[in-house]
Amino acid sequence: MPVNLISVNDLTFCYNGLEILSDISFTVNKGDYLGIVGPNGSGKSTLIKNILGILKPQKGRINLFGQTLNTFRKWDKIGYLPQRLSALNSHFPATVKEIVQLGLRGKKTPYLKQNLEFMGIEHLSSRLIGELSYGEQQLTMLARALVNQPDLLIFDEPTTALDPETRERFYGITEKLNHQSGTTIILITHDTGVIGKYAHNLLYLDKKIIFSGTFKDFCNSPAMTGFFGPASQHMICHQHTESDEVIANGTKHNI
Amino acid sequence: MELSTIFNYGFVQRAIMAGILIAAISSLLGVFLVLRRFSLIGDGLAHITFGSVAVVLLIGISPFYVTLAALPIVMISSLVILKLTSTKRIQSDAAIGIVSSIGIAAGIILASLSGGYNVDLFSYLFGNILTVNQTELILAFIVFLLVVATVVFFYHDLFAITFDEELARSMGIKTKTINVILFLLTAVAAVLAMKVAGIMLVSAMLILPPLTALQLSISFKMTLIASLIFSVLSVICGIIISFLLNLPAGGTIVMMNVVFLFLVFGVKKILALQR
Repeated sequence: MPVNLISVNDLTFCYNGLEILSDISFTVNKGDYLGIVGPNGSGKSTLIKNILGILKPQKGRINLFGQTLNTFRKWDKIGYLPQRLSALNSHFPATVKEIVQLGLRGKKTPYLKQNLEFMGIEHLSSRLIGELSYGEQQLTMLARALVNQPDLLIFDEPTTALDPETRERFYGITEKLNHQSGTTIILITHDTGVIGKYAHNLLYLDKKIIFSGTFKDFCNSPAMTGFFGPASQHMICHQHTESDEVIANGTKHNI
Repeated sequence: MELSTIFNYGFVQRAIMAGILIAAISSLLGVFLVLRRFSLIGDGLAHITFGSVAVVLLIGISPFYVTLAALPIVMISSLVILKLTSTKRIQSDAAIGIVSSIGIAAGIILASLSGGYNVDLFSYLFGNILTVNQTELILAFIVFLLVVATVVFFYHDLFAITFDEELARSMGIKTKTINVILFLLTAVAAVLAMKVAGIMLVSAMLILPPLTALQLSISFKMTLIASLIFSVLSVICGIIISFLLNLPAGGTIVMMNVVFLFLVFGVKKILALQR
C-alpha cells in the first residue's frame, strides 16, 4: 500500500479577492516524481507555498506525512528549493558552507562534507554565495535542501537560467535521488523537455486541476495538446517512450 | 588634560560603559536590519522617540526616567511598522515613513502644547552620552544581555529569515515570533541610541557599523563580530576625542563610524588596484 506524503483536499486560495486556486485535490505518495505544469499565473508556486504553510488557504485541508499542516513539525523531512533565487542580494555575507548549514538549523551532521562533494561544490565552501555563478548558487541551494536527507523534495522552476550542462546535472541528481534513495520529488517546471523524461506523474494546473495522472495518460489526453500544442506533444511523448524503453532493457539510465 | 584623568570621572566611566553596551546592541541588530532593507527603521523609531519624549515631558515625568517612560510607545510603534510591512500592500520604507511622520508631527504638537520647545526636548534631539544615569546604564546592560542571548539562541532562525523569509517559513521557523522579538529589541536599541547619538543620529548607530562590516565580504558570523568591533571602537574613540577636543560626543561617535567606513572602503580599493 502506498505511503501518502502529501494529501490536498478541496484547497481554495484567494488573493485580494481573486481566486488563484480553486478546489484542488490530489495526493503524492512516497517515491513519486510529480511534475507540475501550467501557464504563467496558473497558481503552481502558490500551491507549493500553501503546502509548505507559507500561504494560508481560505478553504481546504492539507496533510503532510499523515499530519495536518497545523500539527506538522518535522520540517527537516522536506527540502524546498524556491523559484526566485535571482532576488538574492549579491552582497549577502554568507559562505556556501553557511548556506548549506542553514538547512540544519544548528544540528550536527556527518553528511555536510559528503553533501558538498555530491553537489561538486566542496571547493566553493568558503566562497560567498553572491560571488558564485547562478548555476553554482542553485547547486548550493540544492545542497541546502538535501543536507537533512529529506524524504520529500520540492523544486519550483529550479533550472531557469541554468546552462544546459548544469541543467542536465541538476536533473541527473534528482533522478538519482528518486531512483536510488526513494526520495519523493515534486518539480514545477516550464522545461517541457524534461517532464516526460523524469516525472512519472503529472499535474496540469490552471487555477484548477486540468489533468492529474501518469505521464502516459497525459500524452493521450486532450489537455496535453492544449498545453504543449500538437508539435511538442509528439516530441515530448516520443522522448518519454524512448526513456521507458531504456529502463525496460535494463540499461543504465542516463543520470 | 591627560587621557588617564578623563577615565577617573564617574560620568565618563558610565558614558563609556553605556556607550559600549549600546554600540554592541545596535551593531548586532543593525546587521539583520540592513540586510533586510530595514535600514531606516532607526530613523522612524527615533522620530517616534521624539514624540514619546514630548509626551513624557508634557506629563511632567522626571527627565531621569524619560528613557524608560518613552519605551512603551516606541515598542508599540515598532510593531505597527512590522504589521504594516507584513500586509505587503505597503513597502517597508513607506511603513517606516508613515510611523516616522506621526512621531515627528505628534512631537511638534505636544512640544507646542507644553509651552514651546524646551531645553530638555532639544537635548534629546542631539543626545549626550555624558549624561547617562545609573538607571539607563542598568537598562543598557539588561538589553545587551537580551540581545546577545537572542542572537546566540535564535542565530540560525535569524540567519534564515535574513537570507530569505519565505524559505525560513518553509523550514518551519516561526518567522512572526522572531520578527516581533527583533523589532521590539530594535525599539529599545533606538531609545538607548538616542542617549548616545541623539534622535537625529540614531539610525547611524544601527546602519554604519554593519555597513562597514559588510564591505569586508566575510561570512555572516564574522560580519556580526566585525560590526560589533567597529561600533565599539567608534564609541570609545568618539568619547575620548570629544572630551579632548571639547566636541559633542554624539556627533563625534557617528563621525568615527564614518571614518571607519571610509577607511575600509579605501583599503578595499587599494587592495583591488594591487591585484
